[in-house]
Parts: sequence; C-alpha cells; structure tokens
Amino acid sequence: MRSPGLQRTLAVAAKEMRQLSRDRVTLAMVVGIPLLQMLIFGYGIDFDVRHIRAAVVDEARTQASRVLIADLGASQVLDFVAAPASPAELRALIDDGSVAVGLYIPPDFERRRIDGDRPVAQVLVDATRPGIEPAARAVAQAPLPMRAGLAQRPPPQIEVLSEYNPERRTAVQVVPALIGVILNMTMVIFTAIALVRERERGNLELLITTPVRSGELMIGKLLPYVGVGLIQTTIVLMVGMLLFDVPVNGSLVDLYLGAALFIAATLGLGLLISTVATTQFQAMQLGFFIMLPSILLSGFAFPFDGMPRVVQWLAQLLPLTHFVEILRGVILRGAPLSTMWLPALKLVLFLLLAMAAAAGRFRKRLD
Amino acid sequence: MSEAAALAIEARGLTRRFGSVLAVDHVDLAIARGQIFGFLGPNGSGKSTTLRMLCGLLQPTAGTIRALQFEVPRQAEQLRRHLGYMTQRFSLWEDLSARENLTFMARIHGLSSVERSQRIDAAVEHYRLAEFLDRPAGTLSGGQKQRLALAASTLHAPALLLLDEPTSAVDPQSRRDFWESLFTLAARGTTILVSTHYMDEAERCHSLAILDRGRLVASGAPRTLMRALPLHVVEIAAADIEGARRALHELASLRSVAQLGLRLHALLDREEAAPLERVHAVLARHGVQAQVLLAEASLEDVFVGATLPRPEAA
Repeated sequence: MRSPGLQRTLAVAAKEMRQLSRDRVTLAMVVGIPLLQMLIFGYGIDFDVRHIRAAVVDEARTQASRVLIADLGASQVLDFVAAPASPAELRALIDDGSVAVGLYIPPDFERRRIDGDRPVAQVLVDATRPGIEPAARAVAQAPLPMRAGLAQRPPPQIEVLSEYNPERRTAVQVVPALIGVILNMTMVIFTAIALVRERERGNLELLITTPVRSGELMIGKLLPYVGVGLIQTTIVLMVGMLLFDVPVNGSLVDLYLGAALFIAATLGLGLLISTVATTQFQAMQLGFFIMLPSILLSGFAFPFDGMPRVVQWLAQLLPLTHFVEILRGVILRGAPLSTMWLPALKLVLFLLLAMAAAAGRFRKRLD
Repeated sequence: MSEAAALAIEARGLTRRFGSVLAVDHVDLAIARGQIFGFLGPNGSGKSTTLRMLCGLLQPTAGTIRALQFEVPRQAEQLRRHLGYMTQRFSLWEDLSARENLTFMARIHGLSSVERSQRIDAAVEHYRLAEFLDRPAGTLSGGQKQRLALAASTLHAPALLLLDEPTSAVDPQSRRDFWESLFTLAARGTTILVSTHYMDEAERCHSLAILDRGRLVASGAPRTLMRALPLHVVEIAAADIEGARRALHELASLRSVAQLGLRLHALLDREEAAPLERVHAVLARHGVQAQVLLAEASLEDVFVGATLPRPEAA
C-alpha cells in the first residue's frame, strides 16, 4: 500500500499529464519552440559576419582588379551578387537595401596602385546593419599592401579575422548554452501558469477542499514537466549535433542529469511565480521579467567577466548561470559532472528553496 | 450520545469582514447530523461566505466553529477527509472526461484502486453518468455537469457535504432529481448544507437559516417558520387592482404587498387585531370592489417578513 501522500502526488501528476496531452497547442509548443528557436538562434546568432551581399563596379577592368574581386569573394565575407554599370547604380542598390556593401574600382586603378598616394578603391558600407561595418573595414585593408607594390601577396583580411576568432564558428559556443536558454523560456512559463490557470477556472476552490497537501500539489505539478523538459533537451541537442556539428565531448548521462536539475529548479521558480501572480497575465509578465536577465546575465551571450561585481552576484541567483557553466563544461570540454559539483549543488539548493517557498506561500484558503 | 456529538456543525458568533463590508455578522448555528440544512437569502446575504468559513476556506474574523468533531480552521485539514464540497461554479476539469475527473477525485481522497472502481461504478449507475462518461466535462449540459459534480464530491462518502447554490444552472426536472439524490445521501447519515435562493428548494430542507445582509434573521424547520410568522397574510382579488393597491398603502400596519396574477398578497402586522375588517374598510372607502380572505403563510412570506427593513431601524 502506497503512502496516501505519494498517492495524492501521483494523482496530481497523472492529471497534469492527461491535461497536457489534451492541449494540442501546448503540445505542439513543446516540440516546436525548441526546434524553431534552435534554428533561429543557431543560425542567427553568429558573431563573425559572412556572406554579406555585395555589389562591385569595376571600371578598371584589368587583371589585377579581377584578382582583387576574386580574392574578396573567396574570403566568404562578401558575396558579390551584382555588378552594376556605374557608381550611381551601386549607391542605388545600397539605398534600396539589396546589397550591404559596395566595392568601387575606379578606371585609374592601376595608376593609383603605382602612385600609392591615393586610395586604390572605395568600399561603401550600409552602416545601419550591425556587424557589417567591422567586416567591411577588414575587407578595406586589402588594397593597402598592394599600394606598397606587393601585389602578389594575398590580401590579409582573412588572416586578420582568423587571428581574432580562429574557430570562426559561433555555433560551437552558442548552441550548448542555447539548451539552457530555451529550457529557461518554456519551463518557467509552464509552471507559472499551472496554478494560476486552475485558480482562474475555479478548479482550485475544489482542490483546496480535498486532503491534498500543498507540497504534494507542487511536486505533482512539477513532475510531468521535468519529462517535457528532457524531451526538449533532446530536441535541442539533436539539432545542435546534426545541423551545427556541435560535438558532445562529455557523458550524455551527466548532461541529462545536469539538465534534469536545471529543469526542476526552473519549474520550481515557475511555481513560486504561480503563487504570487493572481492572473495568467501576471504570471506571464513575471516569467518574462525573470527571462530577460537570465539570458543577458548568464554568460550565454556576454562574457561574465566584463560585468560589475553586483551584477555578477545577481547572475548567481539565476539558475541559468549555473547551467550554462555545466553545459559548456560537459559538452565542449568533456568534463564529468562531478568536477562541476558546485554549480550542480547551487541548482539543487535553488530547487529546494523555490519549492519550499512555493509550498509555504500556497495556502489552502481563499483569503 | 451527548448533545454535542449529535451536532454536525456548531458555530457561535461567526463573523467575517471584507475590508469595511461586514459579510457575516455574528451568526450562530447548530446543525444536527443527517439533516439537510438550507441557507436561504438573496445574493450578497453571506451564504457563500458562511459555507466557506465552515469548511476552512475562509478565516472567520471572529467566532468559533466546530464541524464534525473538528475545530475549524485549526483542524481544517482533518475535516477535509470527511468533507465533500460542491462549488457554485462548475469546478471540475473541463478538459478531462467525466471518468477522468471521477478517477482523479477518488485518488486525491486516497481510495484504493478496488474501492475506486467500485465507488465510481456505483456513482455512474446512481447518477446516470454512463451516457457521457468519456466526454470532456466542458461539453456537458448544466444538468449533466451537476450530476457529475455531485458524484465527484461524494465518492469518498463524506460525513459532511457542502453545496453552494448547486442548482442555479439546471432545469426543473434536473433539480427534482438532484434533490432526490440529496435525500438518499441524508438517509445514509450525510449532513448536507445547501445554500439556495429558490423557495421550493428551501422548503424541502429539514431546517433553514434565513440570512439577510450577513445576519441570521430566522431559523428553524420551514413549517415551524411558516406557522410562527408574526404577520397576517391577506389575499385580495379585485378588478381594479391598482386602486386596491393604492388603498392598501393607507394602512399603517401594511408591511408588504405583492401582486400574484389578478390578486394582491399583503402582509400585515400581527398587532392588527381585525385585519380582514380593516382591509375591507379601507377598500370600501376608496370604492374598490374586492374579495378579501386570510391565507396560509408560504415560505416566501416568511422570507419577505424576515428580510423587511426592521421597524426600529425605520
């Protein structure tokens, strides 16, 4: 005979699971959100800019000018997609946004190369788009060695970029942390609205007249979503491995263990929100309120070391900070979870505190 | 059995304030076990608030409650194992089927799987749930929802059943069936507290409390209340019903007058020694031809009498 407490907890969990299975929209979101976000972020967040659409006006038409254009195209920074006839047409293409960079090689290109006192060519940049300008500036370095008469040396722009970012692939850094970011987004909201929805629909008034205890209710509501979170982890991980070639160097067991801890901690936070908010709208607002600092301060996008001390402490209060540390360790460095016991312990502590606070705040009363 | 043990509910000085509003004002209750006890009152009279305090959902501002053998709200958790509660609004899960709702409620009350299937089978039979057992509860009609809600709140055979305006969204036939079910439950020893604003329902209760603006203004068995009404009930049939009404308003002892079809139903103070003669006289003075007779008090008369503005307050 199972203990009554366990039976009640499992009854709540089974009910939640059944309701989730009825909710087609949410069910689609369980799979759709991580998949889409992974594709958008994985492809979209790229700190080295490549394949900028560019146009070239070559009024010199010499062998050297063709070599310059070919070299710039080979760098993959610029994709020459148009060859307008005049500088005016080039500007029009930039103005209407069809290209972001324009290269103009004047008719006296050869003369300028030999004289070396005037720029040999001009690069026009659409500076309204982030990231384009530095890339174009690097490209603009190209004619300088030639100005000194060293035309045979390959343009140095690729080397410059390579030194700065040898991997040249942001995906490796971004994708592991994205598992955490995506889970953070979905998990908090799932549980944040779980209790509030029942309050709004009137179910809670019935539920609190039954013998179910608040701790049992909280755990019962949390359990099914740990499973949902692990499914999302799998989706993000598969997309990362298949599409972005992110290697998983550490153990999968460690990875899922860490993920389960983080998921539970985040769900606990959602439940806590659920006990504060009185409407689903408020719960959503509070959820987003937690989400943005999590993404900005967790070290996912911005280096943690550059932040002021106070902000670093604040970041320590966010479960995502610790999970990003675990993710990068396990996935990229191949470190076992046991060497990262501190962030893991912090997640456990966070979970316990959030659940205790949620269960403590939840009163089986209407006033 | 001692007198205290024979009582399912005993409340003294029960009071609840919401901000500046006194929702329940020093209500005393003594409800015997196995009774159907009704709370009758208009909206906002404090019926729901009283029920919610009795089962520990709201904290009383003042007063003491003993429900079954438990002190509420201190022992509300123990009480909940023996409590069934049906809220005013349908509060089962609309996205779960009727069967899933029953299973959940049975599990949450700790019934073993054998008890569970036995009780659910019995409830399906008794409350005629078979036809919609696997439909989402949200798609059921008002009467079906109500049968399901009653079944769900009685699966664990509670000793105390609280029903907050259970029949506000159902047709008359469903209401009749519902009350048959309540009598069956009461016969098995369940104490039932039901709030209502329907006179015919209130009349079915073993005992009644009439609430008005948070105060208990009358209580007792419906029949006793009707017999003890401190007012004369006079019925007047007249062709000129408006003229009759105007004439009656000249009577100082008139407490209330209401039209029922082609008749007027008037309540006069008990102190009026000869009510029929006084009514005849005042009608004659106004030249109104009418038939006048004394009538039996109905529960509605009791209710109107109990909720009239108090003479001393006027």
